[in-house]
Amino acid sequence: MKINKATMGFIIVLLCGIATLFGVPEFVSLFGIVQMTVFVAMAIYALSQGFLWGYGGIMCFGQASFLGIGAYAYAVVAIDVGNTDLGLLIGVLTPAAFAALLGYFMFYGRISDAYIGVITLTVSIILFQLINTTSGAQYHIGQAELGGFNGIPSVPTLNMPGNSAISLSPTGIWYVSMALLIIVYVLLRFILFSRFGKVVIAIRENETRAMLIGYDARLYKLLTFTISAAIAGLAGCIYDNWSGFISPTIFGLSMSAEVIIFVLVGGLGTLIGPILGAVGLQYLMNLAGTQHMIDPNLGLGVVLIGFVLLVPKGVVPVIRDRIFSWLPRRRSEPVVVTQEITS
Amino acid sequence: MDLIGLLGFNVLSGIATLVMITLGLGVIYGMMRIINLAHGEFMMLGAYTTVTAVGLGVNIWIAMLILPPIIVGLVGLVLERTLIRFLYGRMMDTMLATWGVSLGLIGISATIWGNVVRGVTAPLGGFYIGRYGASLYSLVIILVAIACLVGIYALLRLTKFGLILRAAMQNPRMAAALGVSPSKVYMATFTMGSALAGLAGGVLAPISGISPNMGGAYIANAFITVLGGGPAIIAGTGIASALFGTIDQLVSFLVNPVLGSVSLLLFAVIMIRILPQGITGRFFRSSL
Repeated sequence: MKINKATMGFIIVLLCGIATLFGVPEFVSLFGIVQMTVFVAMAIYALSQGFLWGYGGIMCFGQASFLGIGAYAYAVVAIDVGNTDLGLLIGVLTPAAFAALLGYFMFYGRISDAYIGVITLTVSIILFQLINTTSGAQYHIGQAELGGFNGIPSVPTLNMPGNSAISLSPTGIWYVSMALLIIVYVLLRFILFSRFGKVVIAIRENETRAMLIGYDARLYKLLTFTISAAIAGLAGCIYDNWSGFISPTIFGLSMSAEVIIFVLVGGLGTLIGPILGAVGLQYLMNLAGTQHMIDPNLGLGVVLIGFVLLVPKGVVPVIRDRIFSWLPRRRSEPVVVTQEITS
Repeated sequence: MDLIGLLGFNVLSGIATLVMITLGLGVIYGMMRIINLAHGEFMMLGAYTTVTAVGLGVNIWIAMLILPPIIVGLVGLVLERTLIRFLYGRMMDTMLATWGVSLGLIGISATIWGNVVRGVTAPLGGFYIGRYGASLYSLVIILVAIACLVGIYALLRLTKFGLILRAAMQNPRMAAALGVSPSKVYMATFTMGSALAGLAGGVLAPISGISPNMGGAYIANAFITVLGGGPAIIAGTGIASALFGTIDQLVSFLVNPVLGSVSLLLFAVIMIRILPQGITGRFFRSSL
């Protein structure tokens, strides 16, 4: 079997992921492991946006809605049922269902890309305001009080899969989170290899042409949007496990902006780009958080403007093209065509 | 009866507020087909201009109505020339850049003024509708909103500049072929939209808590209104504000303001399924 560049890249990334999964607990302190769990949550979150924007060509400005709904759903179920397996499941399904409903109105109304961005952004703002007003004992789901601005304290952490009696140590949570990141990556790769993925990319490239060939662009966009929301919800569940509590700030504008910046910096139209962008920038933001020289919003804004103006393709595609142009090109191999992403 | 009077007054002032916060966004969207995500922060800058000017002893009416549009208009002009104009034709990138501007402005103002909530005392007092007290200042907002709508209508209808703007809006290529520079038109539009956002910030300064994050409280409603209104600047903003302002105020009155916003969003989401181009995309198409 001839292995092409894409397959080779996939195998390399997979091996790196597995090496990280088992390597980190060996070499990193407990504090470091906990820190890296949030990097993993952000990486999954970035993958959800990277898939939606980079491959689906759908610009969602309010991805934090799904992150937050997932996080809240997980917290509520984990408190009420006491079983985090179910919590994870509901934490993935609830944002997916919400996205399916919202997406139906957006995509079947055929509104423009700008409108989709604005509606999703508005949804996240209003969810933030709505959850903020839920302070007081009358706002509860089962035993879980939503807690308004203060949020839900002491969210249960993951239990041993299949056995709710044993809760996992931070190292155990690391194994589960990192494994989930690898699973999401593999899953997205397979979706993109599949016929469904090819149609999604075709719609991104030219929606009219894809529809003329006979594909229902609305349905494909809706499914892409729903899958992306499910992944963001999963990221929210892991985020809960890192922070131990959940508050409305998760719906905040900066959470939605961050994930766009992760994807933009890492590289649009790649899967490894968003992962690296999330980990790298989250690391830098943690560093910046310890010193108080620059306001974090100012930093984010400058990075966003800088990349939009100067490196709109992101870091990974630029480096990849460099490397490929250095490699001696075999004659039989097709010329690497870099895709312009327009939308 | 008194209650109906009060409610009617509140609905009117709600509509006027919506017109004020939407107009700047609507001008930029109507002309350039981009949504300025820094709109809320332009309003925030306008409000801070008022606070600072009042602190320096400037007459409050000048500080509210004259200075904010000038200063924020200049900020918009500088940003358009140094940043936005390089991104025309790349709609998503333009919007991302304005989001970057939005975050940057929040950061800068948090550095300058700190993360504290400030306020300006509203001029004028109150009056009574039967047994209920109402703020006379709301009347000022209503008058300013009407003046803005009439002013922009007159500008677009009666002046040569307005003619050029309308031509560039209808058919930018044809306008360019006839000697209009689209770049200059966009520059003027962005400046005008920024100035209107600044004016909205200045006018709303006395009735809102002024902090670096205040933009977030307004933009959700402004976005929904622009989406609902569609491309026509005056008719779109006016009709959508009247419709959404009424819904918002009634639900706010019956339940609470947050559910007012939620009902707006639900209404708008269902409406885009039926009228994806907004109200003026379907009806009143030839209006301004």
